[in-house]
Amino acid sequence: MAFTISFHKPSALTNTVKILKRSLNTTRVLANKQMTVRDALNSAMDDEMERDERVFILGEEVAMYDGAYKVSRGLYKKYGEKRVIDTPITEIGFAGIAVGAAMAGLRPICEFMTFNFSLQAIDHVINSAAKTFYMSAGLVNVPIVFRGPNGAAAGVAAQHSQCFGAWYSQCPGLKVISPYNSEDARGLLKAAIRDPDPVVFLENELLYGNQYPITDEVLDKDFVLPIGKAKIERKGDHITFVAHSKGVELALDAAKELSSVGIEAEVINLRSLRPLDINTIIQSVVRTNHIISIEQGWPYAGIGSEISAQIMESEAFYHLDAPVIRVTGADVPMPYTKSLEIAALPQINNIVDAAKKLLGV
Amino acid sequence: MFSAEITLKRLINIKLFKKQYMLSSTISSNIEESVFKGINKINYTSSLGINEPSLNSPVPIFRILNDTGDISNNCKSIIIPGNNELIKMYKSMVLLSIMDKILYESQRQGRISFYMTNEGEEAAQIGSVAGLHANDLVYAQYREAGVLLFRGYTPEELMNQCFGNVDDLGKGKQMPVHYGSKNHNFVTLSSPLTTQLPQAVGSAYSFKRFENNRCTIVYFGEGAASEGDAHAAFNFASTLDCPIIFFCRNNGYAISTPANEQYRGDGIVSRGPGYGIATIRVDGNDILAVYNAIIKAREYVMNNTRPLILEAMTYRRGHHSTSDDSTAYRSKDEIKQWSNKNPITRFKRLLEKNNLWNDQNEVDYANETKKQLMQSFTIASKKNKPNWREMFNDVYHEIPDNLLEQMNSLEDHMSKYSDHYSTE
Repeated sequence: MAFTISFHKPSALTNTVKILKRSLNTTRVLANKQMTVRDALNSAMDDEMERDERVFILGEEVAMYDGAYKVSRGLYKKYGEKRVIDTPITEIGFAGIAVGAAMAGLRPICEFMTFNFSLQAIDHVINSAAKTFYMSAGLVNVPIVFRGPNGAAAGVAAQHSQCFGAWYSQCPGLKVISPYNSEDARGLLKAAIRDPDPVVFLENELLYGNQYPITDEVLDKDFVLPIGKAKIERKGDHITFVAHSKGVELALDAAKELSSVGIEAEVINLRSLRPLDINTIIQSVVRTNHIISIEQGWPYAGIGSEISAQIMESEAFYHLDAPVIRVTGADVPMPYTKSLEIAALPQINNIVDAAKKLLGV
Repeated sequence: MFSAEITLKRLINIKLFKKQYMLSSTISSNIEESVFKGINKINYTSSLGINEPSLNSPVPIFRILNDTGDISNNCKSIIIPGNNELIKMYKSMVLLSIMDKILYESQRQGRISFYMTNEGEEAAQIGSVAGLHANDLVYAQYREAGVLLFRGYTPEELMNQCFGNVDDLGKGKQMPVHYGSKNHNFVTLSSPLTTQLPQAVGSAYSFKRFENNRCTIVYFGEGAASEGDAHAAFNFASTLDCPIIFFCRNNGYAISTPANEQYRGDGIVSRGPGYGIATIRVDGNDILAVYNAIIKAREYVMNNTRPLILEAMTYRRGHHSTSDDSTAYRSKDEIKQWSNKNPITRFKRLLEKNNLWNDQNEVDYANETKKQLMQSFTIASKKNKPNWREMFNDVYHEIPDNLLEQMNSLEDHMSKYSDHYSTE
């Protein structure tokens, strides 16, 4: 499918406001460097391509055009056409090529222009990439990263806005990562490329242009984050928010708002959807006794449903003072019209209201 | 008169135009030739016609042996394998056919859940693998057990797989017939049809990158060629210049659907030109023709780093699988007619004429093979099943916490009730 969506660079003004906001928030920021999620992903691929000759990128528009969202910018120039490959417009084709190349010893990064188009290729992702190691009893492995923007962007309606977090996480054999900020993007993508198992790496278009503070440690060529470990983005004692990707941003903003009325929320950034770091969630719930899951995807059999079920099966259940609440996208295909789109996606006030309701304030 | 005059004038104009153009700019001189990005060469015509494919003559079928096992007089510069190789090829065909009978029957008796026979396609399988290099990577569909046997995968290993016992290389994780062996450069079979094609192209691309003088061969049926994966694979192999042989076993049926309902073009070779891919069509029941075609195909894909589609015309005499009864959709006469063109018999006649094989050899080999296969069968059927822990292994390279937890809990349960569980 050829459907390029032009991304909107946040205007200089918005950027400044964002940076200012964060500056007020975190004391370390001024001393630190900033990096966009896009550059974090780009530099992660660059590092790993430099480190390992077997790593290559393939997908639609990834080479001469630098990627539909410019995530592969400059890599074609640096590594040439053997390692950054523009393919014909056939997801089922290049996903299959990636699987075969991985089986024969290369380490492909397969870019989907958006994960919505990965449906065309899902047979290769699930039936081949995810299951081959098991089916061959460990004889054939498929080290491969399927990456691209996932979930709702802005104004692109039903066929460009779906979150595939729950879809891919359901399948054993796959690891599923959903980063939030630049540190996540860089550390987790590098880890995914080095990982011996197939990894689905779900990015978010709206976060690509966001700048986040990063440390020198994150910029180190050997920096990787562990797959399967969540990060507590904000400490709090009254209630736990668990979220991934863009949801983390919403959760942090809601937490800030709640803080002004004396409610301190703990925000867990899942980073990895499979394996799921349920222990970090449990430990948090044991302290806060309340939990809300936040995701932009659909509620039915979603990530929140899974977390909720796993809490029921764990000791955390006995520490709950109120039922789990899921704040999710509406159970409808994404509408186009802006007012409806806003209504179909979780907003900060939804989280704030849910938290107040849960805490009885 | 009038039209001729106009034509003449136009010609003069074009010449003048060209001259001016060429004088003014050397770069622009090619403009007319490179106007269309989408085609390689421009060839204008003033006659409006429809290119009717049914009027084109069909691609001829290359063959060496006729039905009586004689080498055609017109065959030039063909390669005949050495005597030992010829006998090895023949024995592999017979072995495959006997093994099929035993495993087919065992499924009928409920001893394995599923089986697929190779009857009728022995020459296509053995002829092709014999012409390849041992380290060329094979992606099979499912009817290529002969390829594995020829490469030295033993009938014991094959039966271990079908029984999913403790010695199965796949540790009982894949359904019967889904063989795979790294030592024999044979990728574990995948059930969803045609996924093997783009994957094989990906592997061929790897080989090109590694410059390791290997190519990939991928087997598929004419029915599989209808999947979108086939289109993807052809187009990618062509645009990425991959060293791959697409080996189509055109055996007349996709389960019950006859080839003439599967497509309307001239078989599968006719797809080649559309993708800019070279093709060969061969008599798939003539093992020497297949052998020679593969050697030529391999040479072509390696020398040019290009793909090639090889279509072997054959006939699936057996049922599609043990879940199928083919007499529901084809006549017994049709099957009988093809029995007379048995590729094994055809090859046997050639060997007999050259004093490489006789009836006594046949009886001795068949008896010995049957005896050995029955022994292997009994041993394979009695072997223990893989350790229960295998259920949890190989989902990932490292076992995740949730599976480890379940494995430990199952272990506790089993030791608590050890009377009820086998320790094996």
